[in-house]
Amino acid sequence: MTTRTLEWIIERVLFLCAALSVLTTTGIIAVLAFETYEFLREVPVLDFLTGTEWTPLFSNQKFGVLPLVVGTMLVSSIAMVVALPMGLLSAIYLSEYSPSGFRRIVKPVLEILAGVPTVVYGYFALTFVTPLLQAVFPTLSGFNALSPGLVMGLMILPLVSSLSEDAMRAVPQGLREGSYALGATRMQTALKVVVPAAFSGITAAFILAVSRAIGETMIVAIAAGQQPRLTGNPFVPIETMTAYIVQVSLGDTPQGTIEYRTIFAVGMLLFVMTFSLNLISTWLRERFREEYA
Amino acid sequence: MNATPPVPASLAGIASRPGQPANALEAPVKIDVNALNFYYGPKRALDGISIQIRSNLVTAFIGPSGCGKSTFLRTLNRMNDIIPMTRVEGKVLIDGESIYGAGVDVVQLRRKVGMVFQKSNPFPKSIFENVAYGLRINGLVKSKAEMADRVEESLRQAAIWDEAKDRLHDSALALSGGQQQRLCIARALAIRPEILLMDEPASALDPIATQRIEELIYELKKLYTIVIVTHNMQQAARVSDFTAFFWLGRIIEFDRTDRIFAAPAEKLTEDYVTGRCG
Repeated sequence: MTTRTLEWIIERVLFLCAALSVLTTTGIIAVLAFETYEFLREVPVLDFLTGTEWTPLFSNQKFGVLPLVVGTMLVSSIAMVVALPMGLLSAIYLSEYSPSGFRRIVKPVLEILAGVPTVVYGYFALTFVTPLLQAVFPTLSGFNALSPGLVMGLMILPLVSSLSEDAMRAVPQGLREGSYALGATRMQTALKVVVPAAFSGITAAFILAVSRAIGETMIVAIAAGQQPRLTGNPFVPIETMTAYIVQVSLGDTPQGTIEYRTIFAVGMLLFVMTFSLNLISTWLRERFREEYA
Repeated sequence: MNATPPVPASLAGIASRPGQPANALEAPVKIDVNALNFYYGPKRALDGISIQIRSNLVTAFIGPSGCGKSTFLRTLNRMNDIIPMTRVEGKVLIDGESIYGAGVDVVQLRRKVGMVFQKSNPFPKSIFENVAYGLRINGLVKSKAEMADRVEESLRQAAIWDEAKDRLHDSALALSGGQQQRLCIARALAIRPEILLMDEPASALDPIATQRIEELIYELKKLYTIVIVTHNMQQAARVSDFTAFFWLGRIIEFDRTDRIFAAPAEKLTEDYVTGRCG
């Protein structure tokens, strides 16, 4: 076999590998779009997006997705309230304050935390955190948004902190020295020079974390309940979009029915939400890009 | 009768030489370093450095790479503090006060001793914000108008105002390399230091940008005490009043610049400045 033939084969094989992932993505979007289209032929899109009741599995079927969206937002917001500030602060500590020996130990440990299966976090929320919270808030239901939200925040924390720290460490040492040379303290240098210079990377980390929270499934499926309810109250059972998809997928809903198609419609909405977040992230990065020489 | 002040050991050679300008030793001592040793971990990088740097003059440090001249420069504003596992022995007095003494506020020290780095390091902010940064963090101005005045004054001092005045709120990173370095000088001047340390400030610049920096140094010494590290011996000869020659962590010779280049006392200095070694 000549070198040229070999090169030709290698090139095709590599192309196929690349094409496979593109095809898979296209396939998923196509299936989502088709089933969503079928769903929307029966349910008007406005009813779907603005309806306040979600009862497709009951005899009195209502297809208002808002309770699922709000449930998702509620849990994700709680997770973000935990993960973003703590993640950023721990990244600042790791990147700007800690001795390098400490960082070498702590960073892998944090990354192990990210490797714990989410089902473990789910049961941790349900069987440990919820009872603990109930000791403080006696009105807290056994299933609620608070406990999985907090645990999800904990789960996402390493992601935020690790990616933010990478972004901050990539800031050239010369910028820090420039700041110190002007009489800045470590905190001033960290907050006014390093964090702004790493802004695009930190934003990317934050948005990735939000996407992750919105898409997170097991924790909420286990600990948040299965009661689609339009509420901002974190103490009562709710249902998120992902948990609903799990619920239907695990059940015996026959293929081709409207109940079955709801999961694609919800999946499509989920996809659109995370995709928009990625677009926002790209836009933010373009807009606030602060490159260093 | 002239009461001659006692001649410091590090300059003993100068005063005894004929042809010495009468005013060479009249400038007061700004920085007085005595028997300074510096260690990176167990490795000694500076060995018994003693030198007196005089006010409102330019003092140049020359020597081959790794000879300790940059390390020494960074001991003068305690920039080495941020490098782990480093240690200083000996005395550094600025205006008669030890900068390594207990209870010295490093922030105050660095306000007094500004620094310009080899690689220009403007913050990824606007030109204005770069200069305003030091004023802000140190709380040195009270009003917006005062801030604008101080920024303009600093940019003018660093001879970059004409190029920057119409683009103050553009990113500093859009400036050319030479402009960025002058911006960094403006940034250092904004907090009105008394001493300006320059670590090879022109080594990454083209000859024309280098010339502008050198002219600037000449202007700035009226207001500041300048210490400059340079690889470029012509530069040292052009801009400085005094030159110290560093070799393997020691000062081999410290003298008036014209003497270092025309008639050095040490064989090693002569070999280095004539390009026979190093």
